[in-house]
Amino acid sequence: MSDLESFRAETREWLEANCPPEMRKPVRDEADVYWGGRNATFKNDAQKAWFEAARDKGFTVPEWPKEYGGAGLSPAEGKVLRQEMARIGARPPLSSFGIWMLGPALLHFGTEGQKKRFLSEIAAGEIRWCQGYSEPGSGSDLVSMQTFGEDKGDHWVVNGQKIWTSYADEADWIFCLVRTDKQNKYQGITFMLFDMAGSGVSTKPIKLISGNSPFCETFFDDVKVPKSYGEDCPGYVGEINRGWDVAKYLLGHEREMISGAGGGDRTAAIGAAMKRNAGELDPVLRAELAQFDVDALAYSAMGEKFLDELKVGKAHPAQPNMMKYAGTELNKRRHELMMAAGGSRALEWESEETGGGKGARNWLRTKANSIEGGTSEVMLNVISKRILDLPGA
Amino acid sequence: MPLYYDDDQAMLAETAQQFMAEEGAIAKQLRHWRDRDCKDGFGHGLWKQFAEMGFTGMLVGEDDGGLGMGNVEAGIVLENIGRNLTPSPFLSSSVLAATALKHGSDDVRGRWLPGLIEGEKVYTVAIDEGAKHRPETIACKAEKSGNGFKLSGKKDYVVYGASSEMIVVAARTSGDDSDSDGITLFAVPQDADGMSHDSVRLVDSSMASHVTFDGVELDGDAVIGEVDGGREVLNAMLMAGRVGAAAEGVGVAQGAMDMTIDYLKQRKQFGKLIGEFQALQHRAAHLYSEVEIARAVTIKAAQLLDGGSEKADLMASVAKAKVAKAAGLAVKEGVQMHGGIGMTDEYDIGLYMKRDRALQEFLGDQYYHAGRVAEMSGY
Repeated sequence: MSDLESFRAETREWLEANCPPEMRKPVRDEADVYWGGRNATFKNDAQKAWFEAARDKGFTVPEWPKEYGGAGLSPAEGKVLRQEMARIGARPPLSSFGIWMLGPALLHFGTEGQKKRFLSEIAAGEIRWCQGYSEPGSGSDLVSMQTFGEDKGDHWVVNGQKIWTSYADEADWIFCLVRTDKQNKYQGITFMLFDMAGSGVSTKPIKLISGNSPFCETFFDDVKVPKSYGEDCPGYVGEINRGWDVAKYLLGHEREMISGAGGGDRTAAIGAAMKRNAGELDPVLRAELAQFDVDALAYSAMGEKFLDELKVGKAHPAQPNMMKYAGTELNKRRHELMMAAGGSRALEWESEETGGGKGARNWLRTKANSIEGGTSEVMLNVISKRILDLPGA
Repeated sequence: MPLYYDDDQAMLAETAQQFMAEEGAIAKQLRHWRDRDCKDGFGHGLWKQFAEMGFTGMLVGEDDGGLGMGNVEAGIVLENIGRNLTPSPFLSSSVLAATALKHGSDDVRGRWLPGLIEGEKVYTVAIDEGAKHRPETIACKAEKSGNGFKLSGKKDYVVYGASSEMIVVAARTSGDDSDSDGITLFAVPQDADGMSHDSVRLVDSSMASHVTFDGVELDGDAVIGEVDGGREVLNAMLMAGRVGAAAEGVGVAQGAMDMTIDYLKQRKQFGKLIGEFQALQHRAAHLYSEVEIARAVTIKAAQLLDGGSEKADLMASVAKAKVAKAAGLAVKEGVQMHGGIGMTDEYDIGLYMKRDRALQEFLGDQYYHAGRVAEMSGY
């Protein structure tokens, strides 16, 4: 048995012993997702047990180095773990923007001190992070952002407003783009890290068309952000005024995350489930579902190829933009078809049988997929410019 | 197994790319033979060169004198065939017929494989009986006759049929037309009495024939695999052929897309390069995305097939359907974005459109395969 196959056998055994049956069911609502953080509560004992087992094993962040709370898995081992978790339908033990976004940025740009402190907190689910990027006047044109940090020697005083800050009202810390040089558009932004509990930070949830409020407006009113949190632990990532480099790097990870490249629900075929729910399918809808399943299964292969190539540096650096474009357009189509197959029952907004209008709310939620993290149109611009090298793009 | 080429495969890709760009180029092969009204529709000289490169017998087992490679490797050759629109019996001989012959007896393999490996002989397969690919229904009959069989019926659109030294024919030896069982595969030699060809040139200048079998007498040793048990061999052959056709389609898509992107960087209108227009940029970027996905699923299907996975059949259909969509988009956008010049015979982009059209139909179009995906998924 090869090393990888014995790792698979061990992993299978470990999952069998440590992933409770309740944690092998599809995520049904927000409470099924464990985000960690200072104020986190567990929905039930199974969720707690699964999180703690995974944390102790380093499986909340399996491919991070062991010294920062990961399991130090190789890319190939990481893939085996994902496959084995997918095989039993295991939920992620911990979800967080720290894992998906800040972590990769710190691994790439962070100092040793920052990694030791912040990565370990993320891996252990102790601190929940949110991302301060967009502003009311700066959506697709993100670099025009105005939130300003005035230099006061050992700290900045930050004033301004962010918007679409996911779960800002439940987050502990924020990684935030702040302008520190008004004269220099691209080289005048600093990627700051600070505690939301400090004075001057306030959040206000935004009610969306889904009726839910996953996003907030976040206001900064004379917020004091230290330049250092101790030895080798600056309060910013990368260099002062060079936060745009970090932001762009991180956007790649955000796009990769939103693309659903890692598999799971977003790349699964749906036709068979739709038939089970609906009984007989209208023949034209059946044909649409078949076309969708072709695209979804093909995209799942693309996700696998993309991640495999990414791990060994074979992927085009702009490929996450293509993945984000294709993956989110596919997911919107998936939910359109699920609504069509569901019929009037899928319109129910509050009933218990529909989990409080879960289908309808999810359908509406997916409309943001091709907007958040860079719109489909921006993705196509980036592909044109960076991959196809088209003129003037 | 990671979903990208390993070192050996990457080396093969480089070799195949270089070889096909030089020897299989459009001017040197497709236009050359087309403009001379060649009745074969491909060049035998190039087929010999394929043999020298080791391509002809790449799927043949090493014990039989081949290279014992897999469908990923065959796909690498086919992608480059597609990219250069190289007319070649590679898919029909070295993928389809070779896959069937793997299931043949020592005698069958010994009789047919050396000629293929040497590039001396060209083979093909006769499956369809009508304008659409419907291999579930086979009416062409082979009845017991003495120690052998007597073959009667008709097969349609047999690729390079009249130029092939041997045709693998799927015929019914028992049961009703639409029965799954009762199929037998036969290796029918070109000189068999009672076999006649009505050859037609197709839109992509390739040749196909309507083959009539009028009581063709076959020895028992013409049988490939088991009598009445041919469905399994047929399915293995179809999977390999579909994945191969998908790989060729990826090449067609890539070739058409590359040509079109180049054109967007050269052509000026309104005092600008037309590639500066966002209306075209977004369509080009969408096309890129579709072609990337089509390539990924094609390699995935080939890997599953080579690994003997039970998912190979499903993913072969997914790949064939997805490539049809992506390549269809590539050639249509290609002609449109080239504008008037895209409509001329002189310009190559139209040749991509024609080859894509033929490849779409070969071994099942996107509608057939999307339907199969639904059936295999249980709806």
